[in-house]
Amino acid sequence: MIEIKNIEKSFGETKVLKGISTIFETGKTNLIIGRSGSGKTVLIKTLLGLNQPDSGSISFDGRIYSELSPDEKRTLRTEMGMVFQGSALFDSMSVEDNVAFPLKMFTTKRTSEIKNRVNIVLDRVNLKDANKKFPAELSGGMQKRVAIARAIVNNPKYLFCDEPNSGLDPETSIVIDELIQEITREYKMTTVINTHDMNSVLQIGEKIIFLKNGYKEWEGNNEEILETRNRSIVEFVYSSELFKKVRENLLAEEDEENNNN
Amino acid sequence: MKPLIFKEIDDLIIGSLGIVAFISFFIGGVVAIQTALNLTNPLIPKDLIAFATRQSVILEFAPTFISIIMAGRAGSYITSSIGTMRVTEQIDALEVMGVNTINYLIFPKIVAFTLYPFVIAISMFLGILGGLMAGVYGGFIGFDQFIVGIQTEFIPFHVFYAFSKTFIFGMLLATIPSFHGFYMKGGALEVGKASTTSFVWTSVVIILVNYILTQLLLS
Ligand SMILES: Nc1ncnc2c1ncn2[C@@H]1O[C@H](COP(=O)(O)OP(=O)(O)OP(=O)(O)O)[C@@H](O)[C@H]1O
Ligand SMILES: [Mg+2]
Repeated sequence: MIEIKNIEKSFGETKVLKGISTIFETGKTNLIIGRSGSGKTVLIKTLLGLNQPDSGSISFDGRIYSELSPDEKRTLRTEMGMVFQGSALFDSMSVEDNVAFPLKMFTTKRTSEIKNRVNIVLDRVNLKDANKKFPAELSGGMQKRVAIARAIVNNPKYLFCDEPNSGLDPETSIVIDELIQEITREYKMTTVINTHDMNSVLQIGEKIIFLKNGYKEWEGNNEEILETRNRSIVEFVYSSELFKKVRENLLAEEDEENNNN
Repeated sequence: MKPLIFKEIDDLIIGSLGIVAFISFFIGGVVAIQTALNLTNPLIPKDLIAFATRQSVILEFAPTFISIIMAGRAGSYITSSIGTMRVTEQIDALEVMGVNTINYLIFPKIVAFTLYPFVIAISMFLGILGGLMAGVYGGFIGFDQFIVGIQTEFIPFHVFYAFSKTFIFGMLLATIPSFHGFYMKGGALEVGKASTTSFVWTSVVIILVNYILTQLLLS
């Protein structure tokens, strides 16, 4: 469980996060949604410790980040995995070297053990026979799988994903979303995912926070989001033509029912 | 760390040898021809062609001019490769894995550039060889006379001066482009811009440092 309290973060004059508090729960896929530029990436990088928050506290299962010693921070780091927006695979390394990298950095495992573990996670993300390939030789979806494999190879307690299905077709997106959800349940991780993909929201939104202009505008789950009357959420959810049509039809049905009564 | 260092040596040092050799050989030749063509006074001995070639190649051409070429060849390669890692979040990914990124990315390049004096030694040798070929085959000077010429008034301190500045230029070539790549912001377009700015800055710094070192060591 990750608990954040009153997180604020500015870059120069611009305040990007304006006092965000919430709880990300263990074994669940926690979603951060919001328009482009609403601060999703900044928030996730703050959770990871890549950004220092100006104020507020972050606690990882009771360990308050700012109060940890450098050693404790390092240990906490080893418990985190991150899937970046563009996968961020190391171009100069093969798939297996990419996935083995965190193990080589963080552990003293022997080469054979590392090899085993790498094969296990690559298998888990349904990527076989790609061990020797280089990132440039893979499709976007395969790169995402490698990125996920690399993020979970060291058995993290906390998994962060920045738009794991940006640039993927809807079908592949769903496969990736489901993969992340399954892994989250299997390994009992606390998973935080940035997205503006409504399919993901409905599919795996076990807990959702909605960011707008640096504030947390709304919080709930994928059932509640369809029923909320919060204007910003409604605009966000029904911004695609498809969803607008669906909503119009629903409203029309509702009207009909009301007229009949 | 070891494989990283070998990779950098391969990319930055070995990979640059071809262009360095080509330029050195032909510029050495041109220096010899130019000197020969300007030596119209019959009282001045022909050895001067060889002497002038040696002096200009060792003192300035190889250490300074080749370093400017390297700022273009190796420098922009460094900036664009590190810059690409920055914009594609590979540097963030390294940081998440607890890697000291400056150390990991820049240190192997600095180590690779400690071999830079060898590149310049090759450049010096080929420059003088180019001068010899152009001088002898162009019919400006005899072979024996050229050999005599390159031995006249040889001052060992000049070699020390040339390699001292080479070493410093090597460090500049490894670090300035690295920092331009490391601290860049933006996307693919900015990577290109960063490479250009890094080339300009590296060249300017090399030229200024060259001026200062020459003042300090030779005058
Ligand atoms: N390092 C930085 N320096 C200055 N400003 C930044 C920095 N990082 C982010 N910002 C600003 O913070 C704001 C939020 O950016 P962020 O990347 O978090 O958006 P996002 O919600 O992830 O958008 P997207 O969906 O497009 O990825 C933007 O206005 C951005 O310009
Ligand atoms: Mg983002």
